[in-house]
Amino acid sequence: MSEYVGKANDVQTWVRERLFLGLSLKAYLKSLMKPFNIVAGIIILIGLPFLIMRYTQGLGAVTHASNDQPWSLFLNWGLFTGVPLAATGYIMASAVYLFGQKNYHPMVRPAVLTGFIGYLFAVIFLLVDLGRPWRLPYPMIGYFGTASVLFLVAWHVALYLSTQLVEFFPAVFEWLGASRFRRWAIGVTVGATIFGVILSTLHQSALGALFLLAPGKLHPLWYSEFIPLFFFVSSIFAGLSVIIAESTVTSRFLKHRYSSQYLARLPGLTLGLGKAASFVLFTYFALKIVGLAHGHHWDLLSTPYGYWFLVELFGFVLLPSFLFAFGVRNGSVRLVRFTAFFTIIGLAVNRFNISLIALNWQLPHRVFFYWKEFIMVITIITIEILVYRWIVNRLPVYREHPQYQEVDFEEDLQTKKAMV
Amino acid sequence: MKISRRKFFKIAGVAGGGSLLGKAKSALGVERFTGWPDRFGVLTDLTRCVGCRSCEAACNEINKLPPPKVPFEDQSVLEKERRAGAEYYTYVNRYTDPKNKGEWVFRKVQCNHCDEPACASACLVKALKKTPEGPVIWNEKVCIGCRYCMTACPFYVPAYEYSNAFSPNVVKCTMCYDTRTSKGKVPACVEACPMEVMTFGKRKDLIKAARKRIMDHPDRYVDHIYGEQEVGGTCWLYVSGVPFEKLGFPMDVGIKPYPEFTRGFLSMVPAVLVIWPALLGGFYMFSKNQRQRGEEEEERS
Repeated sequence: MSEYVGKANDVQTWVRERLFLGLSLKAYLKSLMKPFNIVAGIIILIGLPFLIMRYTQGLGAVTHASNDQPWSLFLNWGLFTGVPLAATGYIMASAVYLFGQKNYHPMVRPAVLTGFIGYLFAVIFLLVDLGRPWRLPYPMIGYFGTASVLFLVAWHVALYLSTQLVEFFPAVFEWLGASRFRRWAIGVTVGATIFGVILSTLHQSALGALFLLAPGKLHPLWYSEFIPLFFFVSSIFAGLSVIIAESTVTSRFLKHRYSSQYLARLPGLTLGLGKAASFVLFTYFALKIVGLAHGHHWDLLSTPYGYWFLVELFGFVLLPSFLFAFGVRNGSVRLVRFTAFFTIIGLAVNRFNISLIALNWQLPHRVFFYWKEFIMVITIITIEILVYRWIVNRLPVYREHPQYQEVDFEEDLQTKKAMV
Repeated sequence: MKISRRKFFKIAGVAGGGSLLGKAKSALGVERFTGWPDRFGVLTDLTRCVGCRSCEAACNEINKLPPPKVPFEDQSVLEKERRAGAEYYTYVNRYTDPKNKGEWVFRKVQCNHCDEPACASACLVKALKKTPEGPVIWNEKVCIGCRYCMTACPFYVPAYEYSNAFSPNVVKCTMCYDTRTSKGKVPACVEACPMEVMTFGKRKDLIKAARKRIMDHPDRYVDHIYGEQEVGGTCWLYVSGVPFEKLGFPMDVGIKPYPEFTRGFLSMVPAVLVIWPALLGGFYMFSKNQRQRGEEEEERS
């Protein structure tokens, strides 16, 4: 009898420690009643009816998707903007594991988690946008449209989502206290990282390559043979900026989740990332100039679309590149952080230009999106933030798990080898 | 360098396995293709069209489309330039005649059935297919509703049933493939036309016929067969008395088959899949080796 009681207590303890942050159910629920959660709850309550409408009355009920402009805000934001912003994982993992930048090791887990959640929600946005979402796995189960760039995107996003989950497994297994699984997960890190970089290179650029098929529709200033390259390179500075922005927000609002060592090192690491972002932004700027020269549409620069193109190029690429450089040079973490947010907006401007504003530019009477779409996007982003916060509040992301502290990655491999 | 064979295989396995997977699917790509030899097509002579909309009515009937909002006899719909819609496969638009003041010219619009369709190359599940007979057809059973075909189509042809939540369809002309052309009959619109605007036949014969018409009546036609070269060739061809740009035809579509635009990118994929693992694995070994040496030196001193 007492054995059973003991077991029940175990389960209770497990639930309390792992899920309720060490609080009783009542105390936990009470702790949720905070302004942020209440606002998030209200947003979700507003958005939910529209999601239900979308699945009962069709896309037409909530979006402005038309026969001329078939892709709505769900894809403009969720896929074309969301995926480059989720490039965090492959950038940090390759910097640390492949290029030996071990200083940045504490940033890998937040970056991989951000990437994983970003991709997960890209898939969720797809499930909202696809006409027949239940057929999402079709490209993987026998219907192979191999000539399609989108086929490559579908496969790679699916594979990369799984790869990132594997990359995040160490944190999950530490949380669950499954040491053996954790050792296995650590052992595949390098392989998974390399695989992740391959997949990211290809699908980040493939998202751009999708528009290669719209030469007559996409404005000549944005249409370029180099568009896959633009998308790939911009995913690098986007990912770097998101890592800076994410650590800025969480080191402020979730400060208690950070280890004091990491918190102390964060400003220095932020400057390092800012330097890298400045460099990549400048490379991207140079590439865009090469693309402009190659396209040879100088005359179009003096049209309204041309002015907007120049605003994007100088205001959202060259300016942040300089701001990053200036911030790093003067040791201003604040400026670097501000520029990271600015760069994220710049990336979104670019993706919106390509997938919405400069696409079908010759058509009369264009409406870009419908307010209901906008509310739904905000709702899904809110859920995304809540999921992210739920995980970092429970899993060892910003600090090492006490049990596995100071176990170096390389050492870990060595111990594992010794055990084999 | 300390790397066990076991570990090498592990890294090579994860990275290489992925590359094989990717290679198998993308290297196939699309091959050079100049169009099915005996494909059919329709030659549309716009100088004969009077905008009576009989073709629209016939199309509606054969394809069991919903009844029109405005009856087919009603000419008032022509006052506005129409675009692709989910309720019809074809429509007629009216334009002012630049040659004769006060007169109208008309254009019948439907899928042009490209020889190398952008939509079919865009489709990630092969729901869209170019048949050897000529028509480009859509398979309801596999479409996932991504609508990339619509973004890809240079003529803005495919429409989508946005108000259908459970089985939304891509809507476009099939050149009556299931109902008529596969059984040796001409498309419904071709048959219904009282002015004999359209001629159904082998595309190569239609090209010759079109050339002859232009040669015999150089005063009546502009010297251009729309669809002969456009996007690498289409099965639906047009001849006209007024320049095509005055009739809303897209003139910036080029003469390159659309699948060519993404072919370069897709052929780069296998290279990335091979080069990246080698390069990145190399960097990893390099940085690791360097670190180990540094540690050894530290120990010595």
